[in-house]
Amino acid sequence: MHEFKFDPVQMPAAAQALRSEVRAFIAAEVVAGSFTPSGNSWSAFDSDFSRKCGERGYIGMRWPKQYGGHERTALERHVVTEEMLAGGAPVGAHWIADRQSGNQILRYGSERAKQTFLPKIAAGECFFAIGMSEPDSGSDLAAARTRATRTEGGWSISGTKIWTSNAHRTHYLIALARTAPKEEDRHAGMTQFIVDLSRPGVSVRPIHNLYGGHDFNEVVFDGYFAADDMVMGEVGMGWKLVTSELSFERSGPDRFLSTHQLLVESIRAIGPDPDARSANEIGRFVAHLATLRRMSISVAGMLERGAQPDVEAALVKDIGTAFEREIPETFRHLIATEPTLGDGASYPELLGMTMLRAPGFTIRGGTREILRGVIARGLGLR
Amino acid sequence: MSEMRNDLLKTVDRIFEEHCPRAVRESAEAGEWPAALWQALEEVGLTRAVLPEEAGGSGLDFDDAMVALRRSAYHAAPVPLAETMLAGRLLAAAGMAVPSGALTVAPAHRDDRFVLMQGASAVTLSGRARRVPWGNLCAHAVVAGELEGKGVLGLVATAGAARSVEKNLAGEPRALLEFDAVPLVACMALDDARTRLEAEGALLRSVQMAGALERTLEYSLQYANERVQFGRPIAKFQAVQHMLAQLAGQVAAASAAVDAAVEASSLAPEEFAVAVAKSRAGEAAGKGAEIAHQVHGAMGYTREHNLHYGTRRLWSWRDEFGNETYWQSRLGRVVAAQGADALWPMLSRL
Repeated sequence: MHEFKFDPVQMPAAAQALRSEVRAFIAAEVVAGSFTPSGNSWSAFDSDFSRKCGERGYIGMRWPKQYGGHERTALERHVVTEEMLAGGAPVGAHWIADRQSGNQILRYGSERAKQTFLPKIAAGECFFAIGMSEPDSGSDLAAARTRATRTEGGWSISGTKIWTSNAHRTHYLIALARTAPKEEDRHAGMTQFIVDLSRPGVSVRPIHNLYGGHDFNEVVFDGYFAADDMVMGEVGMGWKLVTSELSFERSGPDRFLSTHQLLVESIRAIGPDPDARSANEIGRFVAHLATLRRMSISVAGMLERGAQPDVEAALVKDIGTAFEREIPETFRHLIATEPTLGDGASYPELLGMTMLRAPGFTIRGGTREILRGVIARGLGLR
Repeated sequence: MSEMRNDLLKTVDRIFEEHCPRAVRESAEAGEWPAALWQALEEVGLTRAVLPEEAGGSGLDFDDAMVALRRSAYHAAPVPLAETMLAGRLLAAAGMAVPSGALTVAPAHRDDRFVLMQGASAVTLSGRARRVPWGNLCAHAVVAGELEGKGVLGLVATAGAARSVEKNLAGEPRALLEFDAVPLVACMALDDARTRLEAEGALLRSVQMAGALERTLEYSLQYANERVQFGRPIAKFQAVQHMLAQLAGQVAAASAAVDAAVEASSLAPEEFAVAVAKSRAGEAAGKGAEIAHQVHGAMGYTREHNLHYGTRRLWSWRDEFGNETYWQSRLGRVVAAQGADALWPMLSRL
């Protein structure tokens, strides 16, 4: 059995100084009117804000300086991300590139890919999307049917990706495609490619979500040409790459802070002298949040040491997203209001927006059921 | 893990495997003092593990001592190790000598209060304390109260004080102790002695719950892999796998919260971290035990299977030294009083 170890991590002194710095930056931006804090802010796309983050060195923090990075630790990066999310800052434009695509390029990309993309990502000028799910393969990623076939100097990609958040406004995505026919080992024969969304052979169509918002898309490839140096890692190693990408995707504070603004505003609405039931529920959420934070920081420590904590990451995401979903469900009982459609400017609108987004929390980045399968495998049950 | 920690774990596990078989657990529940087990723990210094060396301690760090306590709970050892450690920590904090033998603490119940009076030659203790853990089997109790408006800690002999003995769900004795102007053996000032006793108790029960939860998960995995139904081990059914994944989540969360509290409390209990740990471990105890029993089916409902030694302890310990509601409400009031905008700075300072 895999032993779940969420070892304690000591935050370095530099991380504490960085925390104050980021907090002051966010506060100044709010005062300057550059954004209004929002819940689920890693979905809020604001390229101007991303550029400011790039200028301040808050993107690509762990990457080498030669690629525009800042050679800081995973823990320092954790501090920046959690402060951004707790402050409701609109970090959605650079989020995917910073959280996972850039790391993948650094680890598995060609030299040209590293030189082309990483400095621009770190500057907050180059944004990525995720190209994993397909119309007939969502949770079952290995069933992907997008094909890449060999052509002169590269690969020709055809197929469809779906649920591609922000593909209508990012510059690139990393697509998982089948490069060899399915064998007995269904995880073999897959490869990841960097795709330029502005080039011919790829088109993006909107998919509106249940409240009418436009975040995700369908992306269709029709003979898109990817040069050899846009291949990630070795041909056929795509499954391994996807698995490592998911441990970056699943363990961060974005998996338990999506409803943080609602938690804060609910505490404000309840006021300084809560009744017994409200005090109990607030305290319970605080206990859960403190615990999740510790677990997530522990996973950041494992990433820092070069470990592959995919099982721990799945576990943090499973309990973190369950926590996120409980917040609106609990406070609707404690604060007499009716959830209201709107942009979240008032409490009823914030509650309404959170409720409408909540179903996505336990689906995006791997459903609760997939995560429990990953955990069960870690426990030696499958 | 350090090599020293590893050696400690091996020693502790060896003692419990040797001296804490089922027969010992059963006879302890019937009221018999597990003398051989206690003696083995004393011989290796575990009963004094939280004390500084100058107070007769074994030189272990607090977190190492808590690892040992956690293993005692993993093995469902029917001894007042937590209580003895708790009493020792309080005595050491007040600069008092620690007597030999098993110790307990009182009052364990929030609503109970002792009256301490300055007598001619000694401070005397009067009043009753309900459900004092192992109070009928420990020769001394560390008592907390107030004398002339200031917190004090006292040491009292319990001979003749036990009026009746109840048992918690795990069969551990909880005694009603009554004192009538009994002179204290020793007495020293200790600020907030009452709240400190309560927080130390909550911390140690949380550590114990983490240990019992760990064992509960192991039993559940083992059973699911062995039990064959419909031609395959039940561990192969997705419904069962998902239940076990949730159990693992509860165990991991409780463990993380407890580690944080232990880390923050090496000198004295850090109240915020302790409140988080007792709340989170208490919730995990209830939810975890429920899943473990569901996985075990009828077999886990028998006396014959070992599962209940852990789950009955979990159901008891979560309510001792303040249940989840108590600690959550305290956290909630602190957060509400400081205001919504203070929440994140408060959380992120840790």
